[in-house]
Amino acid sequence: MTSPVFSLQDIVVTVGDNVRILDQLNFDIYAGDFITVLGTNGAGKSTLFNTIAGNLPVASGTLSHNGRNITNTTAVSRTNTIARVFQDPKMGTAPRMTVAENLLLAEKRGQKRTLRPRGLSKDKLAEYAQLTKVMGNNLDTRLQTATGDLSGGQRQALSFLMATRVKPELLLLDEHTAALDPKTSEQLMHATNDQVTRNHLTALMITHNLADALKYGNRLIILNAGKIVLDVRDEEKAALDEAKILTYFMA
Amino acid sequence: MSIIVSSIGQGLLWAVLGVALFLTFRILDFPDMTVEGSFPLGAATAVTMIAHGVNPYLATLAAFVVGTLAGLTTGLLYTKGRIPILLAGILVMTASLSINLRIMGSANISLLNQKSIFSSAFLQHLPKYFDSVVVGFIIITMITLGLVFFLQTELGQAFIATGDNPTMAQSIGIKTDRMTIMGLMLSNGLIAFGGAVIAQNNGYADINMGIGIIVIALASIIIGEVAFGDLSLNERLVAVIVGSILYRLVLLAVLQLGFSTNDLNLISAVVLAVAMMLPRLRHALKLDHVIKKGVITHD
Repeated sequence: MTSPVFSLQDIVVTVGDNVRILDQLNFDIYAGDFITVLGTNGAGKSTLFNTIAGNLPVASGTLSHNGRNITNTTAVSRTNTIARVFQDPKMGTAPRMTVAENLLLAEKRGQKRTLRPRGLSKDKLAEYAQLTKVMGNNLDTRLQTATGDLSGGQRQALSFLMATRVKPELLLLDEHTAALDPKTSEQLMHATNDQVTRNHLTALMITHNLADALKYGNRLIILNAGKIVLDVRDEEKAALDEAKILTYFMA
Repeated sequence: MSIIVSSIGQGLLWAVLGVALFLTFRILDFPDMTVEGSFPLGAATAVTMIAHGVNPYLATLAAFVVGTLAGLTTGLLYTKGRIPILLAGILVMTASLSINLRIMGSANISLLNQKSIFSSAFLQHLPKYFDSVVVGFIIITMITLGLVFFLQTELGQAFIATGDNPTMAQSIGIKTDRMTIMGLMLSNGLIAFGGAVIAQNNGYADINMGIGIIVIALASIIIGEVAFGDLSLNERLVAVIVGSILYRLVLLAVLQLGFSTNDLNLISAVVLAVAMMLPRLRHALKLDHVIKKGVITHD
């Protein structure tokens, strides 16, 4: 197999009195992997994301990107390659700025922001109308609306589009459909899968929905007490069912 | 008539403060107390330099630069030092009291018989008080146009996003600390610039001229918002300018009622408090309902 894009070696993350949230965790992410992440509350899923994104310092271990050690780089510098969609619809967009303005901001991820005019032209708006249409929730008709006035589903769809506007080397989806109603959630999950497969994105997706975890992605991991207790891909993943998964939650 | 012209002139000159404070209070979304220090700092810098024979335009620009340094200090204390913004502002405000005394060498410097940006021949030929209207209008127009341009650039949009949602801003690679420091520097630079202009208009710089400044600047922001309601960002900047003029007219009306200039700080505070409570009062007293009832003939 080719070398991993991101690699975590013996990662330990602690809180308070040396309580290990991640415990000697080893994990390789390969280009094109769409990995669903399962685990009980407190298993370390969010900590894993925060560690990869650079929002939490590691106690020991190394994180590397294409073989380069990035353990001590800042969160902002990692956004050049890592994009993220949060669980809370309020977290991912600027509420007083319009949908189009948010997309423009996201378009500059990884680039220097200068005193050039932002360039919100008619062509740009037409392009954004096309882009947002694929999400199928009328976002394309609300490009000039402040995102604070959008529904939760629309905001999450926008957050997703923003995260993928500049193709990231790794996309972190932190239960991005959990705050939505079942129908909206399913719709966004569908659109997510569509985009990830079509654009060959490398993605990690935390979910509590076992059916989603089985249905989507080519690889599945289960975290328990800060360690990866199951890591399967392709046929092995296809052979899993909900009952089998639950046995790993008890371990 | 001339006192109304004077009020409009003062409103235009003081509008610089409202627009500058808008950058931190409304866009970055925090109250920056530094302005009570950077305002007299700008006045002290400009007036002292002019008194030493420096060109008044140069002295006014120097005030801007010194103001950005005050903003930089607050910004570093807040972002790198992790001191809460209110306290960081108060620290710099307090420190600048001593610095201002060092700069001026005394508590008060007069510009009597000195040249200022108000002494050009053209301005001297205008009717009384029209000089402040002309200078105020030119200055606030240039600053507002500059800000309108800046806020629509990539950098300006990143600055707005920082105040709107720092988590999201960081997640798309915006260095929020840098944006915050930049906003504080720009805001306090403009406040100090305003201090320099107003000191030249008054004809002196005084060590105590910063007291109550934040309330005056806030009043123009809030009055503009209450008067005009929902506006786009660019329109809101203009609303602040109009708010600043309205505030001066309110002061004028109150002084006509027999209050003295000694009561100004109390009046400023009351005006601001009332303006801030107006949306709630309107709701509580059902003012809209009462007004409508007066127009509609039957219920």
